[in-house]
Amino acid sequence: MSILRSLASRDRVFDFLVPAESPVDVRHGPILYLEDVTVSFDGFKAINDLNLTIDDGELRCIIGPNGAGKTTMMDIITGKTRPDSGQVWFGSRHDLLSMNEPDIASLGIGRKFQKPTVFEVLTVFENLELAMAADKRILPTLTARMNGEIRDHIDEVLEIIGLKALHARPAGILSHGQKQWLEIGMLLMQRPRLLLVDEPVAGMTEQEMERTAELLTGLAGKQSVVVVEHDMGFVRSIARKVTVLHQGSVLAEGSMDQVSSDPRVIEVYLGAEVEEETL
Amino acid sequence: MDSSRLWLLRPFGERSTLIFLGVLLAAVTLVTLLHVALPPGHPLYVNAYTVNLFGKYLSYALLAVAVDLVWGYLGILSLGHGAFFALGGYAMGMYLMRQIGDRGVYGHPVLPDFMVFLNWDSLPWYWLGFDMAWFAFLMVMLVPGALALVFGFLAFRSRVTGVYLSIITQALTFALMLAFFRNEMGFGGSDGLTDFRELLGFNLRSSETRLGLFLASGVALALGYVLCRAIVTSKLGRVCVATRDAEARTRFLGYRVERFQLFVFVVSAMLAGLAGALYVPQVGIINPSEFSPLFSIEIVLWVALGGRATLYGAVIGAILVNYAKTVFTGAMPDAWLFALGGLFVLVTVFLPKGVAGLLALRLRRRRDADGSFSGKEASA
Repeated sequence: MSILRSLASRDRVFDFLVPAESPVDVRHGPILYLEDVTVSFDGFKAINDLNLTIDDGELRCIIGPNGAGKTTMMDIITGKTRPDSGQVWFGSRHDLLSMNEPDIASLGIGRKFQKPTVFEVLTVFENLELAMAADKRILPTLTARMNGEIRDHIDEVLEIIGLKALHARPAGILSHGQKQWLEIGMLLMQRPRLLLVDEPVAGMTEQEMERTAELLTGLAGKQSVVVVEHDMGFVRSIARKVTVLHQGSVLAEGSMDQVSSDPRVIEVYLGAEVEEETL
Repeated sequence: MDSSRLWLLRPFGERSTLIFLGVLLAAVTLVTLLHVALPPGHPLYVNAYTVNLFGKYLSYALLAVAVDLVWGYLGILSLGHGAFFALGGYAMGMYLMRQIGDRGVYGHPVLPDFMVFLNWDSLPWYWLGFDMAWFAFLMVMLVPGALALVFGFLAFRSRVTGVYLSIITQALTFALMLAFFRNEMGFGGSDGLTDFRELLGFNLRSSETRLGLFLASGVALALGYVLCRAIVTSKLGRVCVATRDAEARTRFLGYRVERFQLFVFVVSAMLAGLAGALYVPQVGIINPSEFSPLFSIEIVLWVALGGRATLYGAVIGAILVNYAKTVFTGAMPDAWLFALGGLFVLVTVFLPKGVAGLLALRLRRRRDADGSFSGKEASA
């Protein structure tokens, strides 16, 4: 009987009746689900039978040596690269492999690239304004007016990224770390459900790293955050759960302590660092 | 700036726009008064020739504003804006030709003199409708706009930018120049269109009409300036600046960059066409030399001298250079190009942000001296 009822609800039967903007369904827990994903470039398997599940509101760190497939994995999630086989789901309703880049972005997956690119002559406030989720066609953009709601949203993000005092200054005067935070703020303006952050602390000072750690841990819970990072100290300071990638698949998963005591992980990745530390 | 206002009214909340409009109004009023109220023998009397000259400068200033809109704010260095200016001029010229009626040398009731001379027996289809002022005035903006739409669509869709775009805009204006030189085109060949008599029934040779055209140019410049300011202070203007500085990043934020470029490019071309239409009745002729690539480069020089991405800098540059040109070509005709070159070198070396940059610097120094500027900024 319940099967019949579900058939009667047409948007369950016909995929195209599901509005593209429909909310992400996370009732079953995971917000991101990758199963048996494989990608090869000219015969080289960059991703090999990768299985990964990110829960809603989780902060996950992904580590791995160069060439482990971290960036390729991000490319697959954002629609930039198509896998040869496997499944990628956002919530339990959206099949990411059937969507293109802009659609995936508007669904609520934001990605921060390694190199910060902010609009240097525009102010911090204006950078956030341009990044805001809004009607981005020409006439609505020309006639767009600032209202209290938008201002509140921008203020809220300014508060989160700690750049409130600098809101009226051009982004060009910001330090490297502040630019990274502004980038994260620009992602937050789009109200993402999932943030993919690629090497956020590369080139940062100690203090900036601490501040970034606070920022990212503060975001978790409201958003799901996936951080790819090389810096072990930083990962140790924020991660509740760490996934180690090696040769395109998951080598180990668990808390930082569990992972760093795993002999296979030590062998392929942490070895060098452990040796350094013991020296 | 209060960005909650209606976008078209936003410029009126800016000090720089109010100052600009005030100075323009004062200058236009002063010239008008000195021309109308003083007797011709008075030392301060401004004669009809000078009024006409100022009118020409104002139409050039509008052209410079149009170029600054795309170059300064969108980063598109158009070296072919003379083409849009000339097309607007030709549309106006066609209307003025039709106004001559049977008073031409050959006395033909419909055909302009050059067509009678070429033994044509009827008007080409594209001359139809230009006897009606409203149609011609519409075409003044629509023809350059349509060309910019097609050209821009192809160029921006293929992501042609930077120096390549500059080169093809040069090619565009050069190709149009060659085409308009041909008699078969039906635009008077190398002689162009001239011998105009009346505009909307006003005799073009009377000093009252010249004053009217000068005032019309002033009004057009004010409106064009306000429109451009409204565009650059809107969110769309900030998207333009973002595109100029980091195109890929802007695209990644979800803006269809090529559409924004096309929109602003078309608006700019239409303003250039309007400037051309105001220019032609004031100089009394339009010929293919307005399409010359050199002229388009000269426009860019005005903007560079005045200061890019300020709009008022473009106006200052256009008026300054053209005034200098009038003086120099009168005194030493051969030295003009050297003077222009020298001026350009001096400005690039000593005033990289143009005359407008100098003004802004002085203003900032004064504010710094007050001590209020930096303090306010830090506490904001």
